[in-house]
Amino acid sequence: MSISRRGFFKAMGATAVALSVGKPMAAEASLQTENELYGVLYDGTKCVACHGCEYDCAEAHGFTDFDLPKNPPFRKTDDKHRTVVNLYQTSKGEVPRKIQCMHCNQPACDAACLTQAMHKTEGGPVIWREDKCMGCRYCMISCPFDIPKFEYESTNPRIVKCDMCIDRINEGEIPACAYNCPEEALLYGKRSDLIKEARKRIHDNPEQYVDHIYGEHEAGGTSWLYLSSVPFDELGLNTKIQHTSYPGLTKGFISSIAPVDILLPAVLLGIYEATKLNAKTEEEI
Amino acid sequence: MNTLSQPIETKAKQGNFFTFLLAEMKPKGPIFSPFNIISFPIMMLGLVIIFLRFKNGIGSVTNLSQDVPWGLWIGFDVVTGVAFAGGAYILVFMVNILNLKKYKPILRITVLNGFLAYLFYSAALLLDLGRPLNVINVVIGNNYGVSSVLFLVGWHFLLYMLALLIEFSPAIAEWMNARKLHRFISAISMGAVIFGITLSVLHQSGIGALFLMAKDKIHPLWYNSYMPILFVVSSVFAGISMIILEGSISRKVFSDQLDESDHHSHDNIMLGLAKICSLGMFAYFSLLVLVFIHQKNWQYIASPMGSWYLVEVIGFVVVPMLMFFLSYRYHSLTWIKIASVITLLGIMLNRMNISIIAFRWDAAVRYVPTWQEAIVTLTIIFIELWVLRWIVRRMPVLRASPEWARGSH
Repeated sequence: MSISRRGFFKAMGATAVALSVGKPMAAEASLQTENELYGVLYDGTKCVACHGCEYDCAEAHGFTDFDLPKNPPFRKTDDKHRTVVNLYQTSKGEVPRKIQCMHCNQPACDAACLTQAMHKTEGGPVIWREDKCMGCRYCMISCPFDIPKFEYESTNPRIVKCDMCIDRINEGEIPACAYNCPEEALLYGKRSDLIKEARKRIHDNPEQYVDHIYGEHEAGGTSWLYLSSVPFDELGLNTKIQHTSYPGLTKGFISSIAPVDILLPAVLLGIYEATKLNAKTEEEI
Repeated sequence: MNTLSQPIETKAKQGNFFTFLLAEMKPKGPIFSPFNIISFPIMMLGLVIIFLRFKNGIGSVTNLSQDVPWGLWIGFDVVTGVAFAGGAYILVFMVNILNLKKYKPILRITVLNGFLAYLFYSAALLLDLGRPLNVINVVIGNNYGVSSVLFLVGWHFLLYMLALLIEFSPAIAEWMNARKLHRFISAISMGAVIFGITLSVLHQSGIGALFLMAKDKIHPLWYNSYMPILFVVSSVFAGISMIILEGSISRKVFSDQLDESDHHSHDNIMLGLAKICSLGMFAYFSLLVLVFIHQKNWQYIASPMGSWYLVEVIGFVVVPMLMFFLSYRYHSLTWIKIASVITLLGIMLNRMNISIIAFRWDAAVRYVPTWQEAIVTLTIIFIELWVLRWIVRRMPVLRASPEWARGSH
């Protein structure tokens, strides 16, 4: 077991370069680009829980046999439902809330995905790309809102989640749910404009709204924003969620990889050389 | 040199590798041994279940749900299995870097165990992937998700398998009587050793880092930002406990491969490993206490999950730590074996807690693996053991290397 020192350092250098090149940090969306993101503002005071958006969503994504019972029970999104509207028992009686992907500014699923199948587009929607995904479900582990769903019964399963109707957006349309909402509870637009609009609504009707826009800072900011008449935790939203981005949680680890890859071999080689001398001296004695 | 390695060399000298390989395929032990009688039907059943999994989808044989996307196949086969296989890098570090020659007799079997474990656990991983063919995207480089912990774990995992193969290949070369190849591999193996250890440290900790983004899903007693460090520290004594357990079993099963000097050195090795285990566990326990105080976790202790946490930390860390220490002091090999079993159960408990039990501990419907998931897991382990047995009976893993290969180390 011997190797020339020069040969070793050559190999080590090559490996270190190979491992450290192309390891930028999770894309830090700057404030500038965040203002350019598009999103949807959901105003819970306007929603009447007609479930119309669920039908429109199913239709827009090719689920033709969609049907709802008359008084639907509490449901979650799943591999056939990208969005659901539930009624919550709150301090102000029954209040509806729509569930769908929050389209985080810095999504955990995007950072988690090892094939870039989960992808935050420049416009705001977080999309899933079929040709890249290998079905590891790490996005499901990572998502703080439990949004990506998996087709367990399929032999070629897909990850199913709201894609903010990216195909419609690319054709100049707006998301199906926002387009069809009869009560105008869903407003599609530039995220910065939506935040201004939300603030204005709170300012104009302070008794109607709680003074908070859910999604402005939650999980580092999301493209989907909520206004509500009751505290958000009564609507099943996690109000203790951190206000910094989720990819930030793994940043420390990821940035330590390249230094360890480069420094540890040098340390190991040093120890090897030191103990080798030691072993030889022992033999001589 | 004992008599067993003699016929192998003469066979290889005939020159044709395929006839040699064909001859080596013949079973070398009793066919109807208890192990075979138990493992063979399970493996057959497992293969049927694997076939059904590809025919009908993952949901048809598992209890995985939208809330619990990773079950037994990831939580045990991969997350726990990698920790169990950590012995290879620890022992390689001790023998090849620290020059502790005392441990050299068990080096090859440990490296072989590690390599096979990694090989078969990555096979288990493929079963769990929904679209396994797209795994190529991670390798060929058209879609590198470089900010993904899983991507980095995957690559370090893959390269480490290569390093382990290089570290073990002198034994393959000796088996094939390929002297030139042996010389070449021995020359590059130091590089494999050094990078193997580096890659191990990073993917062992990376498996802990996988769960960093599941902040709101894992019970606060288990979730902390030190998980990568805790994982790498616990892999030290998990790996060594596996060496102890596996060593005491293979000494019985493969006793024909060992000579007198091996029996003499074995006890000495076991005592040394016990000491390292108790020290490693002490470091791990100190870290746990530090995290516990730092995160002000007292509030969670008076709950069912709190008691469960205490069972893990007291029963499966502190107790085996003391057992290792005392059995080292009083030279009790039996207690070392018992302590290693408890330690391995504890590691299993810890990894399963983080990935399954304390993951979504508040979910309405708890995940319990199906019998099919358990059978497939057993199948993977049994196939691995069959391959291990095949190799140990043919290559110089436990027994001494042939005369010509000895000088090169």
